[in-house]
Amino acid sequence: MENILSMLIFFPAAAAVVGFLIHKDSMRQFGVVVTVVEFVLALLMWYYFDTNVAGMQFVQTLPLISSYGINYIVGIDGVSIFLIIMITFMTMIAIIGLTEKKDVKNLIITMLFLEMTMVGVFSALDVVLFYIFWELTLIPMFYIIGFWGAERRFYAAIKFFLYTFIGSLIMLIGILYFGYVYFQTTGVWSFSLLDWNSIVLPFDLQLWLFIAFFLGFAVKVPMFPFHTWLPLAHGQAPTIGSIILAAVLLKMETYGFIRFSLPLFPDASVYFVGFMATLGLIAIIYTAMLAYAQEDMKQMIAYSSISHMGVITLGVFALNVEGISGAVYLMIGHAIVSGALFMCVGVLYDRRHSKMIKDFGGLAHNMPVFAVVYIVVLMASIGLPLTIGFIGEFLSLLGFFKYSPIMAFIGALTIVLSAIYMLAMYKKVFFGKLVKEENKSMKDIFGRELVALGSLVVLIIALGIYPKVILDPLNTSVTHLTKVMEIKAVNEDTKEKLRALNSIGEVK
Amino acid sequence: MIEPINVSLESLNLGTIVPMSVAIIGALAIILTDIFNKNKHKSLYVILVVLFLVFDLFTLLAFSGDERGMFDIMLLDGIAILSQCIIIGGAILFVLLGLSKLRFQEFRYAEYFALYLLSIAGLQFMVSSDSLIMIFVGLETSSLALYTMIAMHNRMVSIEAAIKYFTMGALAAGFFVFGSMIFYAITGSVELAQIAQVVTQDGFLSKENYANYILVLVGFVFMFAALGFKLSLFPYHTWVPDVYQGSTSAMAGFLSVVPKMAGFVVALRFFEIFIHANDVIIQTMLYVTVILTMTIPNLIALQQKDIKRMLAYSSISNAGMAMAAIVIGTHQATTALFLYWVLFTITNFGAFGMLWLNRGKEYNDYESPYTFKKFSGLAQISPFTASILGLFLFALAGLPPFALFWGKMYLIASAVNAGHIALAVIIVLNSAIAAYYYLRPVSYMFLRDPEVGISNTKFMQNATIPMKSVVGFAVLLAIISILLVEPLLNIIGTYVANSGF
Repeated sequence: MENILSMLIFFPAAAAVVGFLIHKDSMRQFGVVVTVVEFVLALLMWYYFDTNVAGMQFVQTLPLISSYGINYIVGIDGVSIFLIIMITFMTMIAIIGLTEKKDVKNLIITMLFLEMTMVGVFSALDVVLFYIFWELTLIPMFYIIGFWGAERRFYAAIKFFLYTFIGSLIMLIGILYFGYVYFQTTGVWSFSLLDWNSIVLPFDLQLWLFIAFFLGFAVKVPMFPFHTWLPLAHGQAPTIGSIILAAVLLKMETYGFIRFSLPLFPDASVYFVGFMATLGLIAIIYTAMLAYAQEDMKQMIAYSSISHMGVITLGVFALNVEGISGAVYLMIGHAIVSGALFMCVGVLYDRRHSKMIKDFGGLAHNMPVFAVVYIVVLMASIGLPLTIGFIGEFLSLLGFFKYSPIMAFIGALTIVLSAIYMLAMYKKVFFGKLVKEENKSMKDIFGRELVALGSLVVLIIALGIYPKVILDPLNTSVTHLTKVMEIKAVNEDTKEKLRALNSIGEVK
Repeated sequence: MIEPINVSLESLNLGTIVPMSVAIIGALAIILTDIFNKNKHKSLYVILVVLFLVFDLFTLLAFSGDERGMFDIMLLDGIAILSQCIIIGGAILFVLLGLSKLRFQEFRYAEYFALYLLSIAGLQFMVSSDSLIMIFVGLETSSLALYTMIAMHNRMVSIEAAIKYFTMGALAAGFFVFGSMIFYAITGSVELAQIAQVVTQDGFLSKENYANYILVLVGFVFMFAALGFKLSLFPYHTWVPDVYQGSTSAMAGFLSVVPKMAGFVVALRFFEIFIHANDVIIQTMLYVTVILTMTIPNLIALQQKDIKRMLAYSSISNAGMAMAAIVIGTHQATTALFLYWVLFTITNFGAFGMLWLNRGKEYNDYESPYTFKKFSGLAQISPFTASILGLFLFALAGLPPFALFWGKMYLIASAVNAGHIALAVIIVLNSAIAAYYYLRPVSYMFLRDPEVGISNTKFMQNATIPMKSVVGFAVLLAIISILLVEPLLNIIGTYVANSGF
């Protein structure tokens, strides 16, 4: 079973290569088979995963450029395993629900390559390897947005590419500098995260490196000043592109914060909590307002994604077990919910070739099943209790409450604000009289749309009622992470602060 | 009565000029073959060139470093051997592009191939000497051969390019001679080692020694301009796009890689003296030039509508990045320079090779076969061609894990390790600018539909099986480059350490 992780990474790529030989009419079925197998592999890995171990499992090492300390090292812990399962699941659902007609063969091949890079990002333990996978996600995404997108797709694709490319190049300098510092401290070159975790950096160095990594991650999250590429990319991307972009690619960077920034730079992380939280709050409030003003349904969901990513940022920088676990849970939850939302928009777009809210109205009359599915997904997005969205948001905010009750209160506005814009949109689209001629002929969802959306709805409710399956293994790893942070902190006040933040469960 | 001078043959160490002699003999052999047999097919000459170059490479590999000969004029140290390997390797790759399907003027002359070998021999002389006179002779031999080869394409645009290149080259040659003269006047020697000894003396470059200092600066500026023309540093880069446009893609690719390698070695030998002398003015000059060489052509490249001109500007910018390694001046940086250039050779060979495969004959003078428009929707017409060209463009943009990424990464690492964080950030920002213009042809190929009207454009017109397999070989190297880096670093590191850089 030690090879299963590498298999999980490279199976879709291998399938994509042989996929060139398949006739284009049969390509979709091939895509479904491969992604289902991939998902089963991921579940199998979960089965063999030992939930009581906090450290890395399924670790595999192969030398690549050993004189410069670059190796192929992969492994997973409680944080990454669920994200990987989520990726394989969402890719599978996206391909099952695929309705694109243009050049499906190329699309499926690109998706499979993309799946490899995404799984790679979440399992790489060598920082250079991580960077390689991280950058490789750009090429397929660039192609998907730029070829299958809407009218302004060239601009959107290039803007997406350049924004993230610049951010990650700055991160590359940070990576190389860290490698150099490691070399100076220990006398050997290594880019392995496991090795990096063993050295303690002085405070001012932590600050600079934190900023370098921050720039790489923040562009992709996207955090407030760097967010302009996202609504554009979402607005222009095809449905499948939006699903993957929202469900997976945005999670890569909050994962990056948890995996790299927190354990490697504990003092800097504590130092920047206020700053990061402010950025998160700006994202929550500002983009929620923008979302309310959108006329394009897809743009609205895109802005709401940014808003929810703000909550995830808050959760990560709560720096305690509740906050970080909540953030990871919200990452999974938001992936499923936003994927489902984009798929719903895709359903409407396929029938009506419009994403404008004003073009619809009264759809509940002729699409009752779809209306039910949509409202469940919508409620999960708002964060209604007993849906998957609630648990993540609640835990993130609970964690952050310890740092600053006022900020947590402002953060909690996300639930109110998202209720406003989501429900307003729902009202305009589904309620009222069915007046428009074109809308009367719209059929309810059926067949594979129902399968895809239905399984998402089941998951939304199931994980909302019984989150323990995921939260337990998650807590093991996250507790370990917070302990590592506390041990590695160089300043005494940092240690104290971390202890204070981590005292939610204790009786005063 | 003058005493007769006795020189024993052993002391000449004739072995040191054997590699170059092989190339020269090869050139003569090709000319002789042509005299006795008229109108032989070009494949004969291409393979003869390859054969002699391989022979050349083998004789070269017999040396293990730091050997002198011919009255100490020849110096076969580590970097000389290493750079000759890269030069010959690059030359072998590019001459194979001569096996094209379409018939072009220059390949009908055997002299073209003879000149090709002579220019390689010139470059080899240039890198394996530390005497300014020998360097000059090598430089001129190779340049004269190159001017002629460009003009042999026999179109107005090529002749214009050749004349432009010749004029600029002649000016640079003049600068080189002036510079050498001044250094001879100050130090009494044309050997770089002795110049270094004098210049780095305590207090030689100080206020007390004002007159000498000014002279050194003037001499340096002349030499700098001369090398700048050869390496296409800003502001001596203006000839590059026109010359590349005028020459065939095979020739342009060759120009962008092989002669520059020789230029870098000379620059390394020469500039290193001043970088280690810690002179502020000269260091600032080099630093600023490097930054401008990376940035300005990048900005101009954003405006191009033609892949070949774009690649010309990108190769200037890449030369700037490699030049950054010389300015950093550590052992790791020198290693990075060679690693960068090996990987750049592979990538640029692929990119220009793909252009060459797609060359057609239906173009008039001054009309480019490589406009972005022509490549519109290539992914739908011929996905394989588009993917390969796209791969090389992404590699040039420095996207992991393709070839040039490792060069860039190692270069940035060496900048970071030497404390040049600002330089590293500038390199990185330039990579980002460059990514934009590399993406433009990619977006034409992949994201757009084929142009209506010129949809009958034929692709891969110039392709033959051997040429396709050579480019395929480059694709393979670009993809598996992650496995090449480790052995390359070992080899380069040994040779570089051998020659004390």
